[in-house]
Amino acid sequence: MAFKVVKPGLSTTIQDLGRPGYFHLGIPEGGAMDRFAMRVANMLVGNDEAEAGLEAVFMGPELTFEDDTLVAVTGGEMPIMVDGEPRESWSSFVVKAGQTLSFGFLKSGARIYIAFGGGIDTPSALGSRSTYPIGALGGVEGRAIAADDVIPVGKSKGMTERTLDKALLAPVDTPVSLRVLPGLYWHRLTPASQAQFFADEWTVAPEADRMGYRFRGGAPMEFVEREQPFGAGSDPSNIVDGCYSYGSIQVPGGQEPIVLHRDAVSGGGYFTLGAVISADMDLIGQLQPNTKVRFVEVTMEQALAARTARRERLDKIRAALG
Amino acid sequence: MKTRYSFGGDEHVYVEVDEEMSLEAFFVALSLRNAVAEANIPGVTEICPANASFEVRFNPDVISPDEMMARIKELEHKAEAGEKRLDTRIVEVPVYFQDPWTHETLMRFRERHQDPEASDLEYAARINGYDSVEAFIEAYHSQPWFVSMVGFVAGLPFLYQLVEREKQIEVPKYLRPRTDTPKHTVGIGGCFGCIYSVRGAGGYQMFGITPMTIFDPTQTVSYLQDFMVFFKPGDIVKWKPIDRAEFDRIEAAVKDGTYTPRIAEVTFDLEAFNADMAGTNAKLMEALNGV
Repeated sequence: MAFKVVKPGLSTTIQDLGRPGYFHLGIPEGGAMDRFAMRVANMLVGNDEAEAGLEAVFMGPELTFEDDTLVAVTGGEMPIMVDGEPRESWSSFVVKAGQTLSFGFLKSGARIYIAFGGGIDTPSALGSRSTYPIGALGGVEGRAIAADDVIPVGKSKGMTERTLDKALLAPVDTPVSLRVLPGLYWHRLTPASQAQFFADEWTVAPEADRMGYRFRGGAPMEFVEREQPFGAGSDPSNIVDGCYSYGSIQVPGGQEPIVLHRDAVSGGGYFTLGAVISADMDLIGQLQPNTKVRFVEVTMEQALAARTARRERLDKIRAALG
Repeated sequence: MKTRYSFGGDEHVYVEVDEEMSLEAFFVALSLRNAVAEANIPGVTEICPANASFEVRFNPDVISPDEMMARIKELEHKAEAGEKRLDTRIVEVPVYFQDPWTHETLMRFRERHQDPEASDLEYAARINGYDSVEAFIEAYHSQPWFVSMVGFVAGLPFLYQLVEREKQIEVPKYLRPRTDTPKHTVGIGGCFGCIYSVRGAGGYQMFGITPMTIFDPTQTVSYLQDFMVFFKPGDIVKWKPIDRAEFDRIEAAVKDGTYTPRIAEVTFDLEAFNADMAGTNAKLMEALNGV
């Protein structure tokens, strides 16, 4: 089983749920930016949720199939076509041998996820097929897919078509709310600056990718005065290089916050003011540049409640599609 | 030293042993990190050590964040009493200083630098009080460095210079990070030396380049077949200045599988080092020269 890449799209990468365990060496967990969409795409084609699929950002690929394959597309809203005939998102459908899967223009969100019955079967690296281009790990020889690649697909568990009731999807606010637990080096900011960070409306900058999302439009940060500790560097936003958390928010020079995402650098010398909670990480993967965002302060209790709500939503979907 | 604990979102506990860098803080962080690893706390998924801090990632569905933090705090007294001694290795890393590739790159990013009229080396030499670039390079490579962290990107070592604090070289990072750095660039930012393991963005001042591969995802390089990352925290590095001919020879040898890094097993004892830095360093380098 395999499909061939006719057009790769803008940056389409093979992703699964990532390779945890190597961040201490600077190799990030990686994997689908929007884990929820990747998991549901796999459920729709009867796969284990951790199977590898494709993540396409802003633009879909064009693929031709060598064998009949059960396919599902989730995530951002983008018209789906099989030999020019429309198909539904958040549903699985059979693409017959010789047919072509293609996409129209992105309508909302930022990334689509394509799952294939049986899962993509490229070689795994450090326990995952996820593409990490900087380290040349996973994917197709460590890179995004390219025209003429033939991507192997594993053995499918069946051809049962499934449809998700879209009422089971979480609604998204406008402007988008990203919930943040203050911490880490939060004490470096003055109380006024701390309050301003949550009061301001921010905009997703063009520099937004798998490593991190940059935001602009809010007020520059003000730091509590201090003599910089030895080894930290002279800028008030510098610290002695430490580890970064996934979702942590660094603000180099106090100017533009960057939320580290799945392909995060593992450490560095910028202060972090806290982290986006685990329940909202998927949502970031669906933000386009210029989207308006507000950071919302939450407590640990609220972060854990949001995490539980997210898990319960997935459980409901598992039950519905099981 | 005052250890500070904080949550990084709902999945991480961040432990800062000290705000400032010192080998004492490194060793306490290492002992505490090891104590956490040995305690086998349920829910811990990974522990990342850094220079004077470390971070524990955990699954809050298995252990509550408050309990996770409390379990780490319980181990603090044990770590402070821990031995500040490490069985490790010293590695010779050849460096071609003032190479054409980092020079070409630094010229492209001059407007992001503190001193656009000078090269990174000229600037670093001047602000650290050296009369010439040659004298500065000599100071950079004559004494060993200690790998105090591995990370940022795949397998990149951060190194701490093994000399008295007043002799340590310190430079600011670029005003705005570069979007490009040649693979294997050797440089420094703050007080930390580094080797860029892969090509990419970076903010450290650039001094030279090593022909030695330190990250190999294909695991074809002879000395990286067991694992793709060469460095680990606690390794000691001695830079060896080389010229272009030697650079080309070593680079070719790495490619054809005939290069073996020069490595000696050593013990690093912090108390002994603090009592006699020059003597301790001389012994470390002697071990290397005996290989």
